[in-house]
Amino acid sequence: MTNSLLTKQSENLLFHIFDDTLKPQIEELLALGSSAGADLVEVFLEKSDNISLLAEQEDISNVSPSFGVGAGIRVFLGKKDGFVSTNDLSKAGLLYALNQALGMLGLVTGSKNRVEFEGLSDLKDFGRKKNDWLIQSPDLDESTLKLLEATKSLAYKNKNLQVRRASYSRNWQEVLVAASDGVFARDIRLHQTVGLNVIAQQGKNRSTSARRFGSSGNPDDLRNWEIEKSASELNESAQKMLYAEYVDAGQMPVVLANKFGGVIFHEACGHLLETTQLERGTSPFHDSINKQIAHNAVSAVDEGLSTHAFGSLSMDDEGMEPQNTLLIENGILKRFLSDRAGSLRTGHARTGSGRRQNFSFAAASRMRNTYIKQGDFTPDELINSVNDGLYCKSMGGGSVGPTGQFNFSVEEGYLIKNGKLDKPVKGATLIGEAKEILPRISMCANDLDLAAGFCGSVSGSVNVTVGQPHIKVDSITVGGR
Amino acid sequence: MTIAISNEKIGELDPVSLTNLLKKFSKESEIKKWDMGASSSRDISVQVQQGNAKQLKGSQRNSMTLRVWNKNNQVGITSTSDLTSEGIKKAMKGAIEASLFGNEKESPEFSPLAKTELENINSKISNPHTIDELLTILKNAEKLLIDTHKSIDSVPYNGLNESYIERIYLNSEGANRHMKLSQSSIYLYAKAEEINKKPRSAGGIRINSNLNDLDIDSCIKETSDKLISHLNYKPIETNKYLTCFTPEAFLQLITAFSSMFNARSIIDGLSLMNEDSIGNQITVPNLNISDEGLHPENVGAFSFDGEGTPTQNIKLITKGKLTNLLHSEATARKFGVKPTGHAGLGAKVSVSPDWLVVSKNESEKDKDESLNINTTLKEYILIDELSAIHSGVKSSQGSFSLPFDGWIVNNGKKTSIEAATVAGDILKVLNSIVKIESNQIVTHQGISPHIWIENISITGEA
Repeated sequence: MTNSLLTKQSENLLFHIFDDTLKPQIEELLALGSSAGADLVEVFLEKSDNISLLAEQEDISNVSPSFGVGAGIRVFLGKKDGFVSTNDLSKAGLLYALNQALGMLGLVTGSKNRVEFEGLSDLKDFGRKKNDWLIQSPDLDESTLKLLEATKSLAYKNKNLQVRRASYSRNWQEVLVAASDGVFARDIRLHQTVGLNVIAQQGKNRSTSARRFGSSGNPDDLRNWEIEKSASELNESAQKMLYAEYVDAGQMPVVLANKFGGVIFHEACGHLLETTQLERGTSPFHDSINKQIAHNAVSAVDEGLSTHAFGSLSMDDEGMEPQNTLLIENGILKRFLSDRAGSLRTGHARTGSGRRQNFSFAAASRMRNTYIKQGDFTPDELINSVNDGLYCKSMGGGSVGPTGQFNFSVEEGYLIKNGKLDKPVKGATLIGEAKEILPRISMCANDLDLAAGFCGSVSGSVNVTVGQPHIKVDSITVGGR
Repeated sequence: MTIAISNEKIGELDPVSLTNLLKKFSKESEIKKWDMGASSSRDISVQVQQGNAKQLKGSQRNSMTLRVWNKNNQVGITSTSDLTSEGIKKAMKGAIEASLFGNEKESPEFSPLAKTELENINSKISNPHTIDELLTILKNAEKLLIDTHKSIDSVPYNGLNESYIERIYLNSEGANRHMKLSQSSIYLYAKAEEINKKPRSAGGIRINSNLNDLDIDSCIKETSDKLISHLNYKPIETNKYLTCFTPEAFLQLITAFSSMFNARSIIDGLSLMNEDSIGNQITVPNLNISDEGLHPENVGAFSFDGEGTPTQNIKLITKGKLTNLLHSEATARKFGVKPTGHAGLGAKVSVSPDWLVVSKNESEKDKDESLNINTTLKEYILIDELSAIHSGVKSSQGSFSLPFDGWIVNNGKKTSIEAATVAGDILKVLNSIVKIESNQIVTHQGISPHIWIENISITGEA
């Protein structure tokens, strides 16, 4: 073991496997925090090993490996908490962080204010069968070849695809959570995403199109990627949008496609059902449990259990196993998503939703795989029910304001005229307010599907799945020209 | 096992130790050419809720990106947050492995300016405050803000932060850049609600190198004034309007389309401009835009970029003509110019602006000299802040469709707009500017005057 450049200390937890052998050292940290008077002390240790790759046209233009270590120490006293993160996993570094977190709450180690900590439970090792995931994942040779195959496939689709980019990222994370209430759990996570984007150009007309696919816990995901299918779908979208005209702004009925169409529910409603929002007093649904907040066609869940879904977890970042949480049933609000702090501050029971991007964020209540359940209609029946409206085949990103206003862009849209799809249109933005839009989701089709995405919020960017069947919103504001 | 209790302060980056380790590991790996950028930060921040501490945060963070050139001059990089000798050794191994996939057609080199003299930026390092001092300041700010109006019920998003940042750039030819700075910031985002009306919100942010100089009073006043002005709102009709962008909103829009000035984006085909666009008239002739990382108001300025190139002020648009681009070493070499100090560090090096400054070219007349933010009586839309820029801007196509906070102004009277989006084509917008006011205003993201634009599409809900 050699010196840390930052601390000049010689003992560094980094070089340990995250297992039972760390128990005595972590228990000592937790005991120090507890004896100082903290109600609860939590230690989150993380190692990461990531790769991101980019292929542009016929070349690999970027290969960026990165790895990291870190710890987040959180101390609760009453409803307050102090959180300190550090890259320094030496004993001195962790003690410094603990003392800083305690000091934020006016506590000092060694003051013996509290009954001694009773020790950690036996390690719950959710990562036991995942130790080989990293070496089972594609190496640089295999993954760069896959990306070049994708950009080559796009080149064959159409000569007007002037920019062809394929990206791949592999994020491997080993975490250990220990808390003074006895929680002691380890997990290994593997997330992979592939992205394709193109710019088509013909004369002065330009269109862009992009798709992203993601999975968790599946080392073979990149190997199984259906490149040809993805490239065809992307090219088709880019060609259709190349000559699309700008949409006319106004209020109109909208049919949203399945998969990433679910971003509307994620942004418009999901965030407002996180206790993080309740704590701030910004959710319009704070007093709506068992009340009708949506059309009775709408039932929705948030869960962390679907096999290989991007938002699935074996445990959340507070060591709790995820659940299938029914949020809305036939339009009636049933449950909020809650983490440890949210439970403490709002009284809503934890749902295994405490999540964070990495060690440098305190966990907060966050969505996992969130979707509207499917209904009985066919997608065509939804489109046929609209005389004059918009079909949103592919959605871009979106965001929600502090009081529930949301917006998101339409990547690929078509007018609906007399119940039939009409010409493609671009430049549409859907804007609205959660409380007003949820009662207007009047029809759900029978084709539920999920899509991977990243969600940015108070505890950083986390992997999520959005999803829905085709849905119809009776009226929404479409921003355009 | 006994843990030695230590309250010793976490140390700072040690360029000498880093250099020695890199020399050792590169020699062992037969790597003759390498460079490295490292940063370290210490940060504390507080959040409050209704007079109580909510969350208190601290962090000690460090990171390093190592870049190596192999025998075939292919470049590989690896980033790590583990700055132990083992971590650096692992980074060297990772970078060498990555170099086997380095792009032989476009390989970065050392910046020719990596060892030239740096501008003397007078970066101030303030004395740190205690967490109790930060809490007291923020609790007081929250109370003062809530007390400004009976309808303001909370400040759901708030924070006061103090951070210390240092950066290093080293290379195997002896370049050695090192700089430290401190920064403090406050943000206040308040919510108000009146009976039978929708909740409304507004915010403000201030940044300074020293907490003692942070203008918290003006942040409270700005947030309160904005929020009170949004209490009485109405929907507006969808139409084309005369529109005035506040300095903040115009800088948001220009920054979203900064790929126009970005040589990397141009080479990659992701920009509205191309390699022949220099000298072309792309906006009205009275608009100037420059990037001024060295501007004294830019409190986060570093004197060198990711490749060690000195930070420079660059004129991007002069009298409406595209005059210069932002460059890294590789893009500058391709264009036959010198790097401008806007690079990151990577195998494929990114380029980004530092601090945009928008001004009026006084030798050219405005199309409508009569317009003025303080005196104009005719109807116009005042856009204060744009939202959802990540999803509503198509920078490679030039189009945007963005929700905004703002007012409809008639006879000088401002009425808040309930909800609306603004849409357009950036080049058309820049050629539809009818007035650039003379008074430049410093914001946390750059400097700009109010900018008036005619015939912009606004979608409302009336």
